[in-house]
Amino acid sequence: MQYLLLIYSKEGAWDAMTPAEQSAGIAAYTAYTEALVAAGALLAAQRLRPTSEAATIRAGAGGPQVLDGPYAETKEQLGGFFLIEAPDQAAALAWAARCPGSQHGIVEVRPVFA
Amino acid sequence: MNAAQRAAEATARDQYGRLVALLAARGGDLAAAEDALGDAFAAALQHWPRTGIPANPAAWLLTAARRRMLDGHRRRATVRAAEPELSFRASLPAEDPAALPDHRLALLLACAGPAVEPAARAPLMLQAVLGLEAARIASAFLVAPAAMAQRLVRAKARLRESGARFELPEGEMMPEVLAERLPPVLDAIYAAYAAGTGDATDGGTLAVEAAWLARLCAELAPASAEAQGLAALLLHLEARRPAGRDAAGRYVPLAAQDPARWHRPLQAEAEALLRRAATLGAPGRYQWEAAVASAHAARAVTGATPWADILALYDALWAATGSPVVAVNRAVALAEVAGRAAGLAALRAAGADARLAGYQPYWAALAALADDPDEARAARQRAAGLATAPAVRAWLLEAGAAAP
Repeated sequence: MQYLLLIYSKEGAWDAMTPAEQSAGIAAYTAYTEALVAAGALLAAQRLRPTSEAATIRAGAGGPQVLDGPYAETKEQLGGFFLIEAPDQAAALAWAARCPGSQHGIVEVRPVFA
Repeated sequence: MNAAQRAAEATARDQYGRLVALLAARGGDLAAAEDALGDAFAAALQHWPRTGIPANPAAWLLTAARRRMLDGHRRRATVRAAEPELSFRASLPAEDPAALPDHRLALLLACAGPAVEPAARAPLMLQAVLGLEAARIASAFLVAPAAMAQRLVRAKARLRESGARFELPEGEMMPEVLAERLPPVLDAIYAAYAAGTGDATDGGTLAVEAAWLARLCAELAPASAEAQGLAALLLHLEARRPAGRDAAGRYVPLAAQDPARWHRPLQAEAEALLRRAATLGAPGRYQWEAAVASAHAARAVTGATPWADILALYDALWAATGSPVVAVNRAVALAEVAGRAAGLAALRAAGADARLAGYQPYWAALAALADDPDEARAARQRAAGLATAPAVRAWLLEAGAAAP
């Protein structure tokens, strides 16, 4: 079964960190990603650029309407994701609990339609 | 918090399991007992601020809950025979709280009985005996709250259907009967403790609750050596737990812990339990594990860890359980006694067990024992990636950055 782990966190937090904190953060994500690879569980993972570079499009009365910014203006924003293979929800939650994102933000665990 | 709330909470902590066990004793309906008790607590919070806190809060709650349950029985009287209600009435205990029979051991045995699937046993105990909410239990066990609530409802239905009676006739307290029925209870309490220490969300208070359950179990089953052993083990671990983090919240491994930060009264209580267990002449897994914890605690007195004793205890545990986790701990002890090479060889042999691939302490042990720096680095990295506690992950990564 495939699960998408969506990582939400405060957007300015990364830039506010010291270089030492940033390299510790990168090391944590690197170790986590490698553990997923070693377990044969990693399908895809990406970090997203900030929502200041996002655009949103939806159907308007006269055709597509394009807006600046993310879908919702919330304090925490989607900042990255891991697509993993796990036997069940319990295993997916165990991987989510190990994700550094559950320390500095929130990890949403969504099963993918088979 | 006002006085009525405080009284209700204090009563809940001390008496919850006793009241649930009493209410469910004959009917075997745990869900109905919990609902009735929940209503009684709600009524108490409404009444006590106006009428004052009753002299005997537990008896007040029991009376209120019994009334709720009788209402429920009357409502179902058309579909059920009158007999269960009559037997339920006959089972009502006296008002004197000192005379309230204690059915909690029967409740524990039922929660870990064959009618309940193993994964539901520890959560069911935490809910039935301590009144913890499904959502909090779910977080500790890393299960979605809806799934945990469903698991608990299903377990209670199975218990009711199985005709469980939360009462123990005198004969069933016989040591040989308990020796057979108690091990799943102890395993579930141990599982609850393990889940509790891994739960970063509540600062480890679920671990405190599980240790309380172990202590209760030791008290209710004084003839069971393993019940004493489990209580000794968990109290030793509890005594050490605060020393596992420094003032800044950083992880401190056992070998680096300051014995002055260990909780002496808890250690003394654990030692007394372990001594009592030894007089019962029935050694077992939890007593050996408690003895390992006791040996580590000796460092507070002698200044040194008796690794040879610890290795002998892990040998016994390994022979009895064949557990890969024990094999890892044994290899670490062997490295202390016979040198790094011997420990590493034992650890590699243990690593053949595929169940260790996702076990973080195995990789941390390999990082500590491997003599090839590349292998050590890779193992430490793997351990960090598998760590759930942020403090442990940070410690592993820092150790990796400092390594050659």
